[in-house]
Parts: sequence; C-alpha cells; structure tokens
Amino acid sequence: MCECQGMNVLVWIAEGTWSAATDAAARYTPPGASLTLLHVVDPALAAEVAGAWTGLLGRGHRDTAPAVDAVAAAAEQDLLAAAAERLTRPAAVVSRRGPAEREVVTACTELGAELLIVARDGDRNHLGPRSLGRQTRFVVDHAPCQVLLVWP
Amino acid sequence: MLVVAVLLLVVVLGFAVARPFKLPEAVAAVPAAVIAVAFGLVPWRDAVDEARELGPTIGFLAAVLLLSYLAELHGVFEYIGDVAARRSHGRPRRLLGAVFLAAASVTAALSLDATVVLLTPVVFAAALRIRARPAPHVYACTHLANSASLLLPVSNLTNLLAFAASGLGFAAFAGLMAAPWLAVIGVEYLVLRRFFAADLAVGAGPVPAAAGPAPRYALAVLAATLAGFALGQPLGVHPAFAAVAGSLALAVPLVRRRLLTLPAAIRAANPAFCAFVLGLGIVVLAVRTHGLGRLVDALVPASPTFLGLLAVAALAALLANVLNNLPATLVLLPAVQHSPGLLLAVLIGVNVGPNLTYVGSLATLLWRQILHARDAAPSARQFLRLGALTVPAALIAAVTALWAGLHIAGV
Repeated sequence: MCECQGMNVLVWIAEGTWSAATDAAARYTPPGASLTLLHVVDPALAAEVAGAWTGLLGRGHRDTAPAVDAVAAAAEQDLLAAAAERLTRPAAVVSRRGPAEREVVTACTELGAELLIVARDGDRNHLGPRSLGRQTRFVVDHAPCQVLLVWP
Repeated sequence: MLVVAVLLLVVVLGFAVARPFKLPEAVAAVPAAVIAVAFGLVPWRDAVDEARELGPTIGFLAAVLLLSYLAELHGVFEYIGDVAARRSHGRPRRLLGAVFLAAASVTAALSLDATVVLLTPVVFAAALRIRARPAPHVYACTHLANSASLLLPVSNLTNLLAFAASGLGFAAFAGLMAAPWLAVIGVEYLVLRRFFAADLAVGAGPVPAAAGPAPRYALAVLAATLAGFALGQPLGVHPAFAAVAGSLALAVPLVRRRLLTLPAAIRAANPAFCAFVLGLGIVVLAVRTHGLGRLVDALVPASPTFLGLLAVAALAALLANVLNNLPATLVLLPAVQHSPGLLLAVLIGVNVGPNLTYVGSLATLLWRQILHARDAAPSARQFLRLGALTVPAALIAAVTALWAGLHIAGV
C-alpha cells in the first residue's frame, strides 16, 4: 500500500517548537519512513556575545566565542536527545551551523528529503505574513520538498 | 599641529580596534601621549593636570572592575542566571522580563563591563536551559549594557568621567538620571518584545530545578557598597573608597578559601586599560587644544533648553558612533562642563548611541566586516535594524525625561 515506505523525512527541531514537530513526525509519517532530526545553531549569536566585548574599547583581548559555542553545543545535544526520546522511533540526528533558515533548506537538498516537518511559530495575534516567524516563513517559501506545517 | 594630533588619535583608536598581535591597547596610547607631550602638542603642565583629574576616576574604574570580578567568584552572576531561569517558569516572555531586570540592575550597579562580560554568557545559558530561543535575551543584555548604563556614575566609564567634571553629588546624579534610565529601558522593552515577537510567542520549556543557595554575603557586601557610594560622598569620602572597601570585603573569604590570587586580582582591575584611558585622555586633549575644541564649542548649544539637550545628545550619539563613546566623551565634556543638564544629555548620547552601529563605532564595524568577509559571516544586519528601531526613540524618550527632571529639580 505504501509508496512512502523508506520515505526520507527531515524534522526541524527548534527551541520552543521542537515537541510539536517531533509529535507530528511520530503521528503523520509511515512506520517505515527514515527520519532525521535536524537542529541548527546560528554562530552569529555567539559572535554577538563576543562582539559586545570587542565594542568595549581598550579592555584587552578576550575571545568569548568558543565558551559560548560550547554552551550552545551542549544545549543542542540535550535538545536533540529529548526529541529522540519523545519520538520513540529510531531517527538519525544532524546538527548544522549557520543561519537557521538557509541551513534547513540546504539540509533538505543535501539529505534528499521528500518531506520536511516544521512546527509553526510567530505572533498569531496579528494578521498577515508576519504571523509566521521570519525563519519559518523563509523555510516554507524555499524548501525544495513537501512541507508539513504543524501547529504547536 | 592639528593634523599631527588627529593622526595620533587615529593611530591610538585604530590600534585599539585592530589589536595587532593581541597587544594591549595601552601599547599605542601611552607612547602617543608621550609623543604629544614631548613635541609640545600638550604643554607639560596641562598633561599633568589631566592625569591628576583622570587619576581618581581611573582608580574608581579599576576598583569597580575588581568588584564585579570578585562578585563572579562568589557566584553572584550564576545565581542571577538561575533565578531568572526559574522565575520564567519556562516561558520566554517571562524570561525576557527577568533578563531586563537583571541586566538593568547589574549594569547600573556594577557597570556595563559586568553585564557584557559576566551576565550575557549566563543569560545565554539560562535561555537554553529552559529551551527558549536565546537571541532576544542576548540582545536584551548587549543593548541594556549600553542604554541602561545611565543611572549611576559607576554604571559606565563615560559617567565616571562626566561625574568627576560635573561637580554633581552621587545622589543628585542618580536622581536626575533615574527618569531617563527608566524611559530608555521602557523603550528597549517595547521594541524588543515586538522585534522578537515570533521567538517569544513559542510555547513554554521545562522549569529548571530550584536555584542553589543565594550568595548572601556577596549580595550584602554589594548592597553596602552601593549605599556607601551614595552616603559616603556627603561625608567627603570619594566613592572609589567604598568600591575598594567592598572589594576587600569580597576578597577576604576568597583568599581564605584559596580561590583568589594576587595576579588574578590585578588582572581583573585591568591596569593596561587604566593606562589606555590615561593615554587616550592626553591625546584627546592635544586634539582639543589644536582646533577641535573650538569646533565642538561652536557646535554645542549654550543652554539646556529641550532642543538644546536633544541636539547635544544627538551630537554625542553621532560622535560615539564615529569615534567610539570613550573619546567622544573626552572630546565633548569640556564644552558642556558649565551646565549639568547639557552634561547629562551628553551622557545620554554617548551611552545610548553605541547601540546604533554594530559594536559602538563605525571603525569597529568596518573592521569586523573585513575580518568576517571570508568565513560565513555573522551578518550585522539584525543588530543594525534593532539599533535603528531603538536608538532614536530611546534618545528622545531619555532627553524628554531629563528635561522634565531638570525643570522639576530646578537645575
């Protein structure tokens, strides 16, 4: 019955919406689907923390970016482990570094995903395109595959 | 002569931004100051006067840097991060409120250095602990480090410099700056809430377990030190002494437990930075005496009317972005020394203004862009957009609050 046996599914795990994406993956993909959990850390934020230090003229050199990166990487492992546990199905885990929206789209191409599962975010109190977060909007617009957009 | 003086300033600032071979900034600033004096750009006697004026301020700065370092060793910042994470109940919006409270208080009491160096990493970790998106909270810290540094003379080196020149008391300074401080924090909060609405609207994460025990002793010493700043001055005690006493009180238990060594304490007080400020002060004096001073005097309004205050704050913000806020303060202070209102408006400009360009000056911005041109560069666009949204509004709100305060106080 299922042409989707072995279907390649990418699940975007992001802070705040990861549980909804994981639940959707468990619920809407066939048992034989090959699942990959994807998390992205944007190094721009660590650079932001380090940059604020650089902006303090004359205080000497201290590169805080490696320490911040380490904290982000530990939190990422923790989040991916929580998602894998919640999924209760075998899944591969991928983490990438870069602007989240670009990395998710690139990952879809590189991993040959047929379906991308995204949990929506955004400010739903206001009508219009901004009711979807900027990065989510980009991913929905540019993903090279089918997108399942679920509500948290 | 002006050309030589400006050249010296450019070299000092360029060196401080580029930091070749990771050398301390003082390596360029101190020789430049010596050259300025040796070649007669600054009369010997004026240089000594400048050093004598800057001395206590720089001592105060070193003591405050040491104080926040010792507070970190006592676990104060870790505790603040724990409390913020727990109070948020896992909700991003509540965490942002807690971060605002923490960043505004830490900046006001322990200076912007403490917020940037010690609080921001803790907040980053706290956001990740409740599985919230860290960006709004990190930006709140880096923004408030600048804009919430209006309240007390200790909150920012620019304030310390102005405070020494103003003749205002510690309490009077805080009294006049309280309303602008609150106004700026209010503007930042509204803009950040809106700007990061999508990141803040997501669901709640896990509620962290109870925080460890409060570092009661350190918190009590910090509170006593703050009280000492305000109460000591009417009795003729320079606030620097309160900071030194606070540092000693924090250091004793750490030394006993062998958690603090003398070299580490000296490093925390950052003598190279103090030397840099001194050198920069003399080089800026050279630039001022040879023409820039007259230009600045002509540009600065004479009286603290509403428009006068706004113009001075805007000029200060502009200079802070072109030069960096430290030299901007040194350049502008002598022109506004006669009027507490104008002087405080300069501080609003130099403290809030740096949020406009990436890290406080165009030169730094350009340099960073060049550095990051090759690797997958973190774009400065988000920071610039946020700056464009907050800085003009915050400047107007703060100047309005200052103007009203000056009227009520009758200054």
